[in-house]
Amino acid sequence: MMRWVFASGLVFVAGCMSEADNPDSAIIAKEDLQSGFSFLTAETQRLQTDEFENPAYLWVDRGADLFTHSTDASPACASCHKDGLVGVAAQYPKFHESSGELLNLEGRINQCRTEHQGQAPWAYESDELLSITAYVAEQSKGMPIDIEVSEAMQPYVDKGRDYFLTRRGQFNLSCQQCHTENWGTQLRGDTISQGHGNGFPAYRLEWQLIGSLQRRLRDCDTGVRAEPLPYGDPTYLAVELYLATRANGLEIETPAVRR
Amino acid sequence: MRLRRAGLALALASCGDAEPRLVSETQIVGDAIPSPLSEASAIAARGKTVFMDREGGHCVLCHAIEGLEAEFQGNVGPDLSAVGERLSPGQLRLRIVDYQIVRPGTLMPSYYRIHDLYQVGEEYQDQPILTAIEVEDLVAYLSERR
Ligand code: HEC
Ligand code: HEC
Repeated sequence: MMRWVFASGLVFVAGCMSEADNPDSAIIAKEDLQSGFSFLTAETQRLQTDEFENPAYLWVDRGADLFTHSTDASPACASCHKDGLVGVAAQYPKFHESSGELLNLEGRINQCRTEHQGQAPWAYESDELLSITAYVAEQSKGMPIDIEVSEAMQPYVDKGRDYFLTRRGQFNLSCQQCHTENWGTQLRGDTISQGHGNGFPAYRLEWQLIGSLQRRLRDCDTGVRAEPLPYGDPTYLAVELYLATRANGLEIETPAVRR
Repeated sequence: MRLRRAGLALALASCGDAEPRLVSETQIVGDAIPSPLSEASAIAARGKTVFMDREGGHCVLCHAIEGLEAEFQGNVGPDLSAVGERLSPGQLRLRIVDYQIVRPGTLMPSYYRIHDLYQVGEEYQDQPILTAIEVEDLVAYLSERR
């Protein structure tokens, strides 16, 4: 592995570009795939698995309310989705071949809001969007992430992969260096995980709140002293998609608890 | 594919040579920077603070030193309890300044470098993580780890 790091580093410096042309270097073998859950302390694990203790269920419950009862004249989500949305989150972010649009779960929910409910979209990290996203994703808990990459989707996957492999910030580190090359090691009090998004929206003890995957990405970018991208940025969407393909087969854990 | 190429162009554009190199090639000898970066005299005790503090180098994020009064020392990088036995002051200096000069793929951040960085946070632009004297203090502190 060391040798590979060295060689790809050379390419990086020489071309001053990302390492994206090194095939599959960011993919973790199926048998080695591990959720962030397995890197938590036993205490935090217990907090996640006990549905009465898990603080994220406050948001899931609020999401259930929002889903079944409309607060305005528009039809409630439940009036269309009578059988719920089991399994849906396992296929997000989703690429719509017809429109060429890539949507994460938050984006899809907001699309229903604007197109079918005639309402303004909810903002990222608003209580409403977090609650309903957590509620919808929770219905896929235990189901494996299942993303199939079509030809039309491939450029978006590549773009996300490119971001994953590019060193950035004053610390000049890539997602890859921490989450593929050094998972399992200690970064002070944190055990670095493989960097999967399968638990999001997740409750972070540090936030004292539930937060979106994009909030987590912004924290990692800020951590290496890079300028984080704005919420909803197409590049972060592509990163979310890339993370989902990288985690294919891993079970959805929403709502997870993290440090 | 179009997207990929666009991303690449962006990376190239932002990797300009506009930022100067803080350390010139003539200062580098093999895998070392033999001469101090600063005239001011280095103080090992200050180096220890830089090593531990979040606002300083915060090296304990990735490295441990035996007996250091900091909890949860990292192990992403090698243990540095006896690094003064392995490396000369000049070798330590280069590794702190910009280890990527000799090991391009290394995870070790470059603490005294401002060129060829990408997407740097606004408040950190055009400044190295550490000052020259902070690097010297660290070299003094780590040289004593033996
Ligand atoms: C300097 C190391 C470092 C870098 C670089 C980094 N991360 Fe992280 N990341 C962490 C740490 C530490 C955590 C918290 C512990 C954990 O879950 O891994 C974390 C957490 C995460 C999580 C949540 C995992 C979970 O199970 O809850 C995701 C997703 C993630 N990172 C993705 C990324 C992406 C994408 C990038 C690049 C844009 C990135 N990280 C860059 C250190 C890093
Ligand atoms: C993000 C993680 C990280 C941080 C923060 C970090 N290092 Fe490192 N450091 C490493 C890694 C990984 C290596 C091994 C590099 C290699 O072999 O490519 C290393 C190597 C070194 C070495 C060479 C050790 C040897 O035995 O060859 C020295 C000296 C060193 N680091 C000092 C420091 C100092 C001083 C700081 C803070 C100012 C610091 N490091 C911060 C990750 C880090």
